[in-house]
Amino acid sequence: MSLDNHVDPMDPALRARFIEALTPLLPVHCLYTEENQLRPFESDGLAVYRRRPSVVALPETVDQIQAILQICRDMKIPVVARGAGTGLSGGALPRPDGLTLGLSKFNKILHIDADNTLAVVQPGVRNLAISEAAAPHGLYYAPDPSSQIACSIGGNVAENAGGVHCLKYGLTVHNVVQVKVVTIDGDLLTIGGSSLDTPGFDLLALMHGSEGLLAVVVEVTVKLLPAPPVAKVLLAAFDDVQKAGDTVAEIIAAGIIPAGLEMMDNAAIVAADAFAKCGYPTDAQALFLCELDGSAEEVEEQMAQVIALVEAGGATQHRVAADETERSKLWKGRKSAFPAVGRISPDYYCMDGTIPRSKLAFVLNRMRELSEEYELEIANVFHAGDGNLHPLILFDASVEGQLAKTEEMGGKILELCVEVGGTITGEHGVGMEKINQMCVQFGRDEITQFHALKAAFDPDGLLNPGKAIPTLQRCAEFGALHVHGGEVPHPELERF
Amino acid sequence: MTDQDLSSQLQQQVLHASAEKQKLEIRGGNSKSFYGRQQRPEAQLLEVGGHTGVINYQPAELVLTVRTGTPLSEINALLEANHQVLPFEPPAFGSDATLGGTLACGLSGPSRPYEGSARDHILGLQLLNGKGQVLRFGGEVMKNVAGYDTSRLMVGAFGTLGVLLEASMKVLPAAATQHTLVHETTESEALTQIDRLRSRYLPVTAWCYAEGRAFTRLSGSKQNVAAVCKTLGGETLARADVRWRELREHQLPFFNDPRPLWRLSLPSGTPPIDLSGRQLLDWGGCQRWLLSDADAPLIQSKCREAGGHAELFRDAGSIDVFQDLDASLIPLHQRIKASFDPDGLFNPGRISAEW
Repeated sequence: MSLDNHVDPMDPALRARFIEALTPLLPVHCLYTEENQLRPFESDGLAVYRRRPSVVALPETVDQIQAILQICRDMKIPVVARGAGTGLSGGALPRPDGLTLGLSKFNKILHIDADNTLAVVQPGVRNLAISEAAAPHGLYYAPDPSSQIACSIGGNVAENAGGVHCLKYGLTVHNVVQVKVVTIDGDLLTIGGSSLDTPGFDLLALMHGSEGLLAVVVEVTVKLLPAPPVAKVLLAAFDDVQKAGDTVAEIIAAGIIPAGLEMMDNAAIVAADAFAKCGYPTDAQALFLCELDGSAEEVEEQMAQVIALVEAGGATQHRVAADETERSKLWKGRKSAFPAVGRISPDYYCMDGTIPRSKLAFVLNRMRELSEEYELEIANVFHAGDGNLHPLILFDASVEGQLAKTEEMGGKILELCVEVGGTITGEHGVGMEKINQMCVQFGRDEITQFHALKAAFDPDGLLNPGKAIPTLQRCAEFGALHVHGGEVPHPELERF
Repeated sequence: MTDQDLSSQLQQQVLHASAEKQKLEIRGGNSKSFYGRQQRPEAQLLEVGGHTGVINYQPAELVLTVRTGTPLSEINALLEANHQVLPFEPPAFGSDATLGGTLACGLSGPSRPYEGSARDHILGLQLLNGKGQVLRFGGEVMKNVAGYDTSRLMVGAFGTLGVLLEASMKVLPAAATQHTLVHETTESEALTQIDRLRSRYLPVTAWCYAEGRAFTRLSGSKQNVAAVCKTLGGETLARADVRWRELREHQLPFFNDPRPLWRLSLPSGTPPIDLSGRQLLDWGGCQRWLLSDADAPLIQSKCREAGGHAELFRDAGSIDVFQDLDASLIPLHQRIKASFDPDGLFNPGRISAEW
């Protein structure tokens, strides 16, 4: 979890030659080399990790990107692509020996094709801006990560971003039909297309969630969906987390796929209500918001079923938002859960494990034990429909040793997710943050295969090195650290 | 349902083949050997059809994990008993079809444009690579971004990257009601009609057109489907499920024709494609079946001009499957192949003459 791998800064002579090579390619305002220019790029959304990039390039054309990448390949300089810098796993954490390639100037929506329900956009376009541009046509872009107001579509592809609506409408990979990418060789490739399949391996899927390790995304064509005419949300509160979890399972088992199904525990409910004044029952041990969308007929029919299940499941109270104002208010509480927790604690650390839903009560109980053991509070928000858990660990970074303790406990939570058959990351990506837990999720052979696959795109390992996929050596060291609490005996031996 | 784990035997066979540099032809139910290039004759058979059984199925989790030799018919029966489905309606093309073969061929049925494809519903895989290593990617949860999305990469790779051993699939509730409307119309009008429907919020889950009639399937809750039927009008098709199955399995009389069968994959909004022979439009016009003696280059160029591609679907013989693979992507394909199967053991010649 911790940023423990030191990277030396770029050799000054190499840096001078690198800047010299970039200068003719880019206008002055697109090339940052001074310390005050570089500082804003030190971290992404995971601000506890900071490193200064050697150089930042903010190209304006695809030709420039191609030329920059060729130079990086020839000079063997690492490249970290960066969208809006909202990622939560340190995927865009810079390299002191490398270039940060910012895509923020690629911020244009190129074409909205309402007839064929497609939008062609540049990678720096904000997620929400796509839906806003499509709205006059009655269309929208479905994946809606919490950061959608700020995060960019290129970053969404790199992380395979999810959101509240993905149980019903899928992840980014299900909603993108084509990407144009530039390889480390500077080649511009078109992957996917506007027909429903294209010849060859499914490289489009492979690009999603590849965290900038395979190629740099320079254009994205997304699928737009017709906006459902009706959306209604129900709040159900419970005196027991298990009952809430069981009711979620009953809803799914009844054949209903809600557009959103979000659960919160008491700590998150209290924080959110204090922050957003959304009228949540603060004495509840758990609540969920269940949103149904579709035609008026189907929403009415399914809402009646959901209410019956919620009552049978022992909810202490439930209500359907009477109008759009109340609906927004209920959602506001959930959507502001993170800043709300930020207000009650100096710092918080957001985790991103996914578990089989049936293991929810077990996982929450184990987390409670960890919380007591580490003396750190946890608030839980949960994409209950798809099992994606976001425990927020509350801590105070100004207290000596608390960050390290938090990171260690976070690591334990991720390993718990793997233990119950889940995964260390549902939607935030591995990045720098969960690189050690990759050694728990995967064995040596899988990690070797990942490296071989990367080498097919980037044989010198220049694209976002050190992220997403750990080296075998790192896993050996991490394994040893685990067993021996800090001591690393026989570091020459591989341990998995 | 049979339950037999052959993974260690299969691993031994792959290790042996690797040591002997013996090529392998992976075979599940042998129902789709017509699809793709003819394999090279020197390849030895690797039978995976016996590797069967359900490993985990929890309807409320919407996940099914099976060994890949499990017959599609058994999977469908199990799901049906729990009112669930594989949402991509996989075509079987034979009673012995397995899930592994379905995934390797990447085939999806009439619901494809509306519910997603085979690759959209895969959550995780276990596979044997060309070094005989058993690898596990993805998992049984809906959201998982740990590591590269290797599971989806395997779908439609014709087994050339590895032997699929287990697959976890996202399953969904079966629709409460399905209703198919028939409209007498011309091809051009039918395409205009489906284009108009595309941007409206409607429960369309399949659309096809053949010989003067457009068929629109609506799925969902009873009240909703009834309301939409009233809006759209048209005749109701009796025994509609049979027709959609016959379309999916190529059992409609249309397919009884000696001429070569082409699959045209086209962007939505593509007007009628003028080629000699007969056509059946599926996937809202995005997949068109063409029976034609027209020259291959003509068919392919017409599809390319429209922004799509064409493939000779049955008995392609020595023609590459990825006939229209962009030249800029070929070296990358070869390197990806080599990263999984460095000795080129699996299904040589199935995709490309070279590998």
